[in-house]
Amino acid sequence: MKDVILNNISKTYNKGIVQAVNAVSFHVDKGELFGLIGPDGAGKTSIFRILTTLLLPNGGTASVNGFDVVKDYKTIRKNVGYMPGRFSLYQDLSVQENLNFFASIFNTSVKENYDLIKDIYIQLEPFKDRRAGKLSGGMKQKLALCCALIHRPTILFLDEPTTGVDVVSRKEFWEMLKRLKQQGITILVSTPYMDEATLCERIALIQDGRIMSIDTPENIIGKFSESLFAVKSDNMGSLLQDLKNTGIIKSCNAFGAYHHVTFKDNNQNMNEKLIRVLEEKQHTNIELKPITPTIEDCFIKLMED
Amino acid sequence: MNNTSTFIKKEFLHVFRDRKTLLMLFGLPIVQIILFGFALTNEITNAKIVVCDYAKDDASQQIIGKLQASQQFDIQRILLNHKQIETAFKDAEIKMAVVFPANFNSDLLHQHKAQVQLITDASDPNTATAISGYANQIVMDYQNELMQLQRVPYQINTEVRMLYNPELKAAVNFVPGVMSLILLLVCVLMTSVAIVKEKETGTMEVLLVSPFSPFLIIVSKAMPYLALSLINLTIILLLSVLVLGMPINGSILLLYAVSTLFIITALSLGLLISNRTASQQSAMLISLMGMLVPSILFTGFMFPLENMPYPLQLVSHIIPAKWYYIIVKSVMVKGLGFSAIWKETLVLLTMTMLLLVVNIKTFKIRLT
Amino acid sequence: MDTVIHTDKLTKRFGDFIAANEITFDVYRGEIFGFLGANGAGKTTAMRMLCGLSKPSSGTATIAGFDIYKQTEEIKKNIGYMSQKFSLYEDLTILENIRFFGGIYGLSDKQLKEKSEQLIGTLGMECEAKKMVGALPLGWKQKLSFSVAILHEPKIVFLDEPTGGVDPVTRRQFWDLIYEAADSGITVFVTTHYMDEAEYCNRISMMVDGEIRALDTPAKLKQEYAVTSMDEVFYRLARGAKRSE
Repeated sequence: MKDVILNNISKTYNKGIVQAVNAVSFHVDKGELFGLIGPDGAGKTSIFRILTTLLLPNGGTASVNGFDVVKDYKTIRKNVGYMPGRFSLYQDLSVQENLNFFASIFNTSVKENYDLIKDIYIQLEPFKDRRAGKLSGGMKQKLALCCALIHRPTILFLDEPTTGVDVVSRKEFWEMLKRLKQQGITILVSTPYMDEATLCERIALIQDGRIMSIDTPENIIGKFSESLFAVKSDNMGSLLQDLKNTGIIKSCNAFGAYHHVTFKDNNQNMNEKLIRVLEEKQHTNIELKPITPTIEDCFIKLMED
Repeated sequence: MNNTSTFIKKEFLHVFRDRKTLLMLFGLPIVQIILFGFALTNEITNAKIVVCDYAKDDASQQIIGKLQASQQFDIQRILLNHKQIETAFKDAEIKMAVVFPANFNSDLLHQHKAQVQLITDASDPNTATAISGYANQIVMDYQNELMQLQRVPYQINTEVRMLYNPELKAAVNFVPGVMSLILLLVCVLMTSVAIVKEKETGTMEVLLVSPFSPFLIIVSKAMPYLALSLINLTIILLLSVLVLGMPINGSILLLYAVSTLFIITALSLGLLISNRTASQQSAMLISLMGMLVPSILFTGFMFPLENMPYPLQLVSHIIPAKWYYIIVKSVMVKGLGFSAIWKETLVLLTMTMLLLVVNIKTFKIRLT
Repeated sequence: MDTVIHTDKLTKRFGDFIAANEITFDVYRGEIFGFLGANGAGKTTAMRMLCGLSKPSSGTATIAGFDIYKQTEEIKKNIGYMSQKFSLYEDLTILENIRFFGGIYGLSDKQLKEKSEQLIGTLGMECEAKKMVGALPLGWKQKLSFSVAILHEPKIVFLDEPTGGVDPVTRRQFWDLIYEAADSGITVFVTTHYMDEAEYCNRISMMVDGEIRALDTPAKLKQEYAVTSMDEVFYRLARGAKRSE
């Protein structure tokens, strides 16, 4: 059962000058945790706004729960949960007031669906009388999630919920999402953080308004058609340039403690040759090992293709 | 409906938690009334004048005595020479000089004709006219007294009655005007920001993706300001009656009913602006410039509409404050009933209906 | 080694709340110094003090040799600043932006002309020089912003999450620019949420609850916490934090 379907959706701004979304098609299955992964400007927010019926597409069709996003917008608006890109709750109302307000807007009450948000709300409860504007980034995010869930939606749209939030809160947030998924809620999340991609069941990599790849994270990694290696030495700064200058390296990207490289020619001797070349260039403590690509490696490769 | 009342409650919370809004909402009217009441009065009191008396006779002394005794004038100096008059205007900030020629009394008695010169500072023509008018009145009073003693055969007495406002209180003119203006300004300003604020902070996005209808959003946003404006109105009326001595000659119920209508008109205007602007700043600018300035010009209490060229009079027809001003004057000052104001009320009602319909039809249900 | 930033017990209080507590550290010339910490840990407060934008409540510091209390204007002249939130003026062209910011820092017309050409050439933006910055993709804006921030060859450049939300390729290009700047003697003081970027720094400091809880090279920090990535170092240190904004 497909809960969300996009068919060649396009969106332009500024009278067609800016093509934000370019013939995007994908679907999300019922109960799936789906990630839309891409940097700022890739078109994620535009897609989310089209799916939540806040924007009209310039081309293509889309449906949510079987309802058309253009014609049946009223029905969709009654049944989805939405957390927009930046904190969009009332700063001068308290945590409890915000929650009560959104519950009543959806013709329900906090009591009715408390079981759904209990795990999350427990962390907010000590601050229930605090003005929402005075909460930390992580707390605001939890409150926004509660308000999006309070009416027990069947689908949740979360637009960059972890942006601007600290590392610890981010981890906690994804754990909350996993638990929600177990309740059968379909969740569509967007994020610019490549490392969060592996936490989703299926992902779509998006750049410049176009989908580059849609699959499970494992499959996307599996599709990385080359052998990837990690290289390090005592002089990382010059290592990057030296690698590029060897002539046998196809791609070379910095990845923190290691550089990730692919060879132009995939035979065994290349490894040894590389180490020799680097030793000649005075590199010491050279480490070269094969690694499994990460989503970021895949993303970079897809961008460059 | 439970969700509407929750929404209205939330709006009240927003207003009470924002000190600046509260200050504007209640402080503004109070300040305006007090300012207009005491400081910015058009009435003349204690105007500084000088007298140059060449006559120094009985008649001139009597007139000078009357001038001195009146509340309107405050004689600064008696000058000996008319050459000192110009200096007096420049240095002493006087508004008028009264000059009696030599032989004033004897001219009056023997030739039945005498002249008094009134020189006024007409850099403010309104004040100059008023002052010379008052001085003239005093001279006429003296003349009338003389004539009664002299038994002249033909006499025309003009008896003047000031209807509705016998004491010529300025409050009677400007309170209805200020009421129209303040209610309009406060309501439009407040609601013009109300919707835009939600758009700016992003909460509108979340509101739209919910079953709560746009119609209810509009109504819920207007409700608190309706209630608060009625309270404001009460404060203004109380201040006017108790502090400024303004009478309410007509039905208070009718006054409130019509005021409620006008408030709704103003709120609808504000919501219309709110719907079409993208930032709170532009909403406030448009409200102030687009609403306040035309209303001051075309309501009719600062500048009489009858004196304006016809095209501008036509323009005044679309200013809601103008109709409300007429209604308030009729009810509050003249003590008239509904039969006298039904036409103006109908105009207001039509305007309101139109604005509400436009509001609902053009409410942005999507982000652009 | 030249010390370009020296702080001694730098503290900032807002009423009872101590946002930054006795911050003490040195930064050396040409270093790429990573200034990490969770939201609310006090990073922004500390950076504001170092940029001469906020007066410390107590403690001492010199930035580029200038006193943090008495010589804030000199500090501002000798540093550059760039953040994710503030970039360039969207409704001005690239050239106009360069001229404007260069002018603020007192560059002469001749210098501006030279540097504009150099900058645009290095970034490969010749065709776009007369385009509005608002029309450029985010990654370009960030690279441009950085280049403008170091136009006047400051001693130190402060970067506040400069690569937030940028695509992975542009991110790495950005760091190439940072390396170049550091090689030419400009000290780079950068905050970031990307832990792989923490590895590119010469030294890292981590703020937790208003204090500096760690200060060392990435390699030594990983050794100390017996972990293999900066991500884990960060998580270990930030997890026990009591304060969240």
